[in-house]
Amino acid sequence: MGKAVRLTYLALLVLALVAPMIGLYPVFVMKLLCFALFACAFNLLLGFTGLLSFGHAAFFGFAAYVTGWFVKAQGWTPELGVLAGVVAAGLLGLVFGLVAIRRQGIYFAMITLALSQMVFFLCLQAPFTGGEDGLQGVFRGKLFGLFPLVDDTVMYYIVLAVFLACFLGILRIVTSPFGQVLKMIRENEPRAISLGYQVDRYKLLAFVLSSSLAGLAGSMKTLVMKFATLSDVHWSMSGEVILMSLLGGVGTFFGPVLGAGIVIGLQDTLADKVGEWVTVIIGVIFVLCVLAFRKGIVGELLAWRERRRARKS
Amino acid sequence: MEIFGIPHQAFLGQLMLGLVNGAFYAMLSLGLAVIFGLLDIVNFAHGALYMVGAFAAWIMLDSWGVNYWWALLLAPLLVGVLGVIVERLFLKRLYGLDPLYGLLLTFGLSLILEGVFRRQYGVSGQSYAVPELLEGATNLGFMILPNYRAWVIFASIAICLVTWYVIERTRLGAYLRAGTENAKLVQAFGVNVPLMVSLTYGAGAALAGLAGVLAAPVIQVTPLMGSNLIIVVFAVVVIGGMGSILGSVITGLGLGVVEGFTRVFYPEASNIVVFVIMAIVLMLRPAGLFGKEA
Repeated sequence: MGKAVRLTYLALLVLALVAPMIGLYPVFVMKLLCFALFACAFNLLLGFTGLLSFGHAAFFGFAAYVTGWFVKAQGWTPELGVLAGVVAAGLLGLVFGLVAIRRQGIYFAMITLALSQMVFFLCLQAPFTGGEDGLQGVFRGKLFGLFPLVDDTVMYYIVLAVFLACFLGILRIVTSPFGQVLKMIRENEPRAISLGYQVDRYKLLAFVLSSSLAGLAGSMKTLVMKFATLSDVHWSMSGEVILMSLLGGVGTFFGPVLGAGIVIGLQDTLADKVGEWVTVIIGVIFVLCVLAFRKGIVGELLAWRERRRARKS
Repeated sequence: MEIFGIPHQAFLGQLMLGLVNGAFYAMLSLGLAVIFGLLDIVNFAHGALYMVGAFAAWIMLDSWGVNYWWALLLAPLLVGVLGVIVERLFLKRLYGLDPLYGLLLTFGLSLILEGVFRRQYGVSGQSYAVPELLEGATNLGFMILPNYRAWVIFASIAICLVTWYVIERTRLGAYLRAGTENAKLVQAFGVNVPLMVSLTYGAGAALAGLAGVLAAPVIQVTPLMGSNLIIVVFAVVVIGGMGSILGSVITGLGLGVVEGFTRVFYPEASNIVVFVIMAIVLMLRPAGLFGKEA
């Protein structure tokens, strides 16, 4: 890691730690962190394994519902509710993975998309989800019976801690020998197979990890926003998380975080100014990303630095 | 008379509805197959183009007094031209890259199209009257068949067959298929491949637009009509296997019927039955029913 990069990370960390004190609206930053985690989870799969899932909203949204239901209707504590959400998303990921991993590329994308639509309809019709209304008024409760999450500041630092732990966890996964195998699969799958790696098993594990983390993001989001709705599980959410990763930089560590920040920030600031045009603007950004800068913001920056270094030497 | 304990009129009615839906699935997955075959692009914008076709017909009737039959010609033409423009402006730049970029680009385009129509017309549905000639219903003795539905089924099957014939049995189709195998070689024979590619995308888009016009009198015309349908069509494509044109037609019609059946016996599952079938088919035949093993 270069000095500049380390300093940037440090500055961001300090900014995140003091955010509630300098007047940044904590609920907004928490929402942003949840989506950033979601995007990182997605990127673990696309960026480091080369699998484009178009169904990640299923894990995010389903976990959001599961957590919401256990906390609201069953009176579970928040940590158990989140755990239930993560486990549910992981199991769902296992099922999706078993079905989808046998096909590659666009087929994989289309299959995950179709499977996630199945989850959408289940959430629409199942008795515990509140149908069109979703689950409203999920009470945050007390974490481990000690920390009152009703307080936005307490909630904020817990969300931040979870996010940082997951971010570092993903960093660790990707740099581990397991992560190296995933990268090899992304770069040259036949070669990985010929070297004797059980590629499908690696892919499945990556898929389950990614879906569990996406579920964690969804569960946290329910606690932060106090609701879970159909839009969490709708396929347009899968599209949004793809956009976040693509915009920030697929296969970079910080890209998805930046992408989530931009997309959520745009939606929040534009919604009351331009109303319905938000979808169009998001669509235009999407098209521009694919046409003009496929590496994403962080990816282009890294490439630019690389070029400059090459010129110097 | 009852069939499986269901009044036969209701039973056949649902089956008919299923067949109508199946006709749309077939037309849309056919268009996807044609575009995928030549351009190697999964056209996510297909649902949006279908929606634009339906809206074009509705606007033509509502604002300009253009009747259904002219709309049936003009709206697909319009959507086809839109398709050519899209191909020339955007998709052209993506050839040779990972096909996933095509999927993502067309996804962005569908967001734009849908957003524009939502901004303009809201999410509530616009109704389109059934053309005079096809109003009413025919009593077949065992069931009452609405004329318009019969027309939709007939028209879409005819269109599917014509498309299949053009691609599999004509010289133009031979060029198309050769172009997918080796564009450079076909170019060397003096065929303008880039033009052919543009026109193919246009034709696929026009097919989606045509399905939209056909659908306008059956369903409510809304900006969201395409995005709800496209995912089912993707599942149809996965079940059928992307390679085969006839396969997409048969699978589309068949799944429509299966969905109709499900609506009779277990309505709650009718929305997901296609996806369940997809999962089962993938377990048994990963390449799809009509697809070739890669």
